[in-house]
Amino acid sequence: MRGRDGREAKTEGRFGCVQGTVSVTAEAAAALAEIRREDDSLVAVLSGEWNLERPAPRFAPLVESALSADRSGARKVRVVNVDASALGTWDSSLLIFLQQGQEYCKAHQLEFGTEGVPDRIASLLALARVAPERVVDREEPRPSAVARFGLAGLAAWDASQVAVTFTGEVIQRGAQLLRGRVRMRWREFWVVVQSNSAGALPIVTLIALLIGVIIAFLGVVVLRRFGAGYYVSYLVGYGMLREMGALMTGIIMAGRTGAGFAAELGSMKITEEIDALSTLGISPIDHLVLPRVLGLFVTMPLLVVYADLVGIAGGLGVSVAMLDLSSTQFVNGMLTAVELSDTLLGVFKATIYGVIIGMAGCMKGLQTGTDAGAVGRSATSAVVIGITLIITANAVIDWLAALLQI
Amino acid sequence: MTQTPFAAGGAEAAPPVEVRHLTMQYGPLVVMRDLNFTVNRGEVFVIMGGSGSGKSTLLKHLIGLQASAEGTILMDGEDFGAADAEARKGVLRRMGVTYQGGALWSGLTLAENVALPLTEFTALGAGAIDDVVQFKLALVGLRGFEDFYPAAISGGMRKRAALARAIALDPEVLFFDEPSSGLDPVSASRLDDLILAVKASLGTTIVVVSHDLASIYRIADRALFLDIEQKTMTALGNPAELRDHPPNDAVHRFLTRSSEGVT
Repeated sequence: MRGRDGREAKTEGRFGCVQGTVSVTAEAAAALAEIRREDDSLVAVLSGEWNLERPAPRFAPLVESALSADRSGARKVRVVNVDASALGTWDSSLLIFLQQGQEYCKAHQLEFGTEGVPDRIASLLALARVAPERVVDREEPRPSAVARFGLAGLAAWDASQVAVTFTGEVIQRGAQLLRGRVRMRWREFWVVVQSNSAGALPIVTLIALLIGVIIAFLGVVVLRRFGAGYYVSYLVGYGMLREMGALMTGIIMAGRTGAGFAAELGSMKITEEIDALSTLGISPIDHLVLPRVLGLFVTMPLLVVYADLVGIAGGLGVSVAMLDLSSTQFVNGMLTAVELSDTLLGVFKATIYGVIIGMAGCMKGLQTGTDAGAVGRSATSAVVIGITLIITANAVIDWLAALLQI
Repeated sequence: MTQTPFAAGGAEAAPPVEVRHLTMQYGPLVVMRDLNFTVNRGEVFVIMGGSGSGKSTLLKHLIGLQASAEGTILMDGEDFGAADAEARKGVLRRMGVTYQGGALWSGLTLAENVALPLTEFTALGAGAIDDVVQFKLALVGLRGFEDFYPAAISGGMRKRAALARAIALDPEVLFFDEPSSGLDPVSASRLDDLILAVKASLGTTIVVVSHDLASIYRIADRALFLDIEQKTMTALGNPAELRDHPPNDAVHRFLTRSSEGVT
């Protein structure tokens, strides 16, 4: 301590700094620890300025080299002491060194003497030595591969049960709503309708237009090889009305609205707003899910009709520009081929997709966990589930349509 | 014991909340076991204990958000866990809950938040509901904030608004999760005043989860101590008496805010 005090005095003299923990000279003496042998003990002599930002000695290698250098067969070392009389300023780099010493000695059945350590350091060391909080119920060991497979299967089974229950509940409450037995929040419904109709138009316009253009390019390039360029209008008409209009709008809405629902309900879950509804005896399904699902059920078909028109316009533009074809020829050609049932098929799909997106978003939102990442995960999986189910439903509906020759 | 929800006023015989041999679990992990206590009508009953001891979990059991692994919870003598949907709704109608962060519905204004329970459960007209809303918000000192959204007011105000919502239907039992958490001492003390005022004026039975000693001594008629080490309750009584005659070290440490002898 004496050395340290002397240094402090010097610091005060030059800077008026009381603590003197700032190193004064430009090239302060580096942190140094030397091991000295004394009878049956080792003494770690500490000197220099110990600063976290500069490399400091490590305890184990020092002691080990001291022990191995000392094969003279002298008495076995039992104690490691610390001599801090020449110690300069220090910070937690010294504490780290001493704590390493403490732990090293404990592991090697050596005694660690802290008599030479200044009191301030010793009390901090004692804090670090306090046993860690008892960990209640340690985690179980990682299960084997077979067990993990089984657990994953069980988890999937549970998840699908939850999904089926949720779907059933929503359908049941929806049916009750039709019979006037459920009070839905209509304001929420209209908000959903607004944000998913007018609010979704820009992105739907862009995507639908590009899809129409892409189908037309495909038709132009491929059909021209057979001299059948005229039939591009058939391809654009069928393609947009039966498949792409609904599918692309569905995918856009899954990413836009499905994720939105999941994040919205997920944050409500985290802030206990959902619990607050439940403990009032208000069903979150009636209050939150029905307006959202119903909102999409209503707006999706409208959006799809719009997307169909925009897509066809895009296809028409490409066809007229690239083929020797007038707009009238394009429209007439399309109208001879396309029937009302083709449009209705697309619109029917849209209602189904709307329900799928709404339910997947709301279900994932309500299942959100309580940590910060949970909302993100819910939103992601709402989109993944939404798109997967939309494409699956698309395949099933097309198959049924083929069977029924629609 | 069968009881219609609205006959609760005549249920002096049954305590508002009675817990018998309750064991709480998260999956295979036991949180607390064999809890037995009764909350008396008209008292402030505090559930206290260290962080992670399961105070909030116990509250979730009491208000029916979590199912018990074992044991029963009786509300006015009615088994809450086994009740059918209709009876459950009756029980829920008679209780109010204030959550830790307030849990006001963020899409609704304060007035709409307080009004929602009223529109759900009563046949009152818009004007009458408005009167109740005005009165309850004034009671918690939020007159003039009717049209504010929860995001626009401070944490303390949010908790008071949540209290207004919880007492919208004049509940018989009010549950309060951590009233002082996240509040400065003055706001916390103001909330304590409100709790005492609600108890005194409306005769409400109040169950509070808390680890704030100042607040516990101030409001609690009786307190229950959950011991995280023993995984059960180890003390029940008036907090000041428990402090003076602690039944065990953990209670002593908790009530005197000491870390002595903690390993």
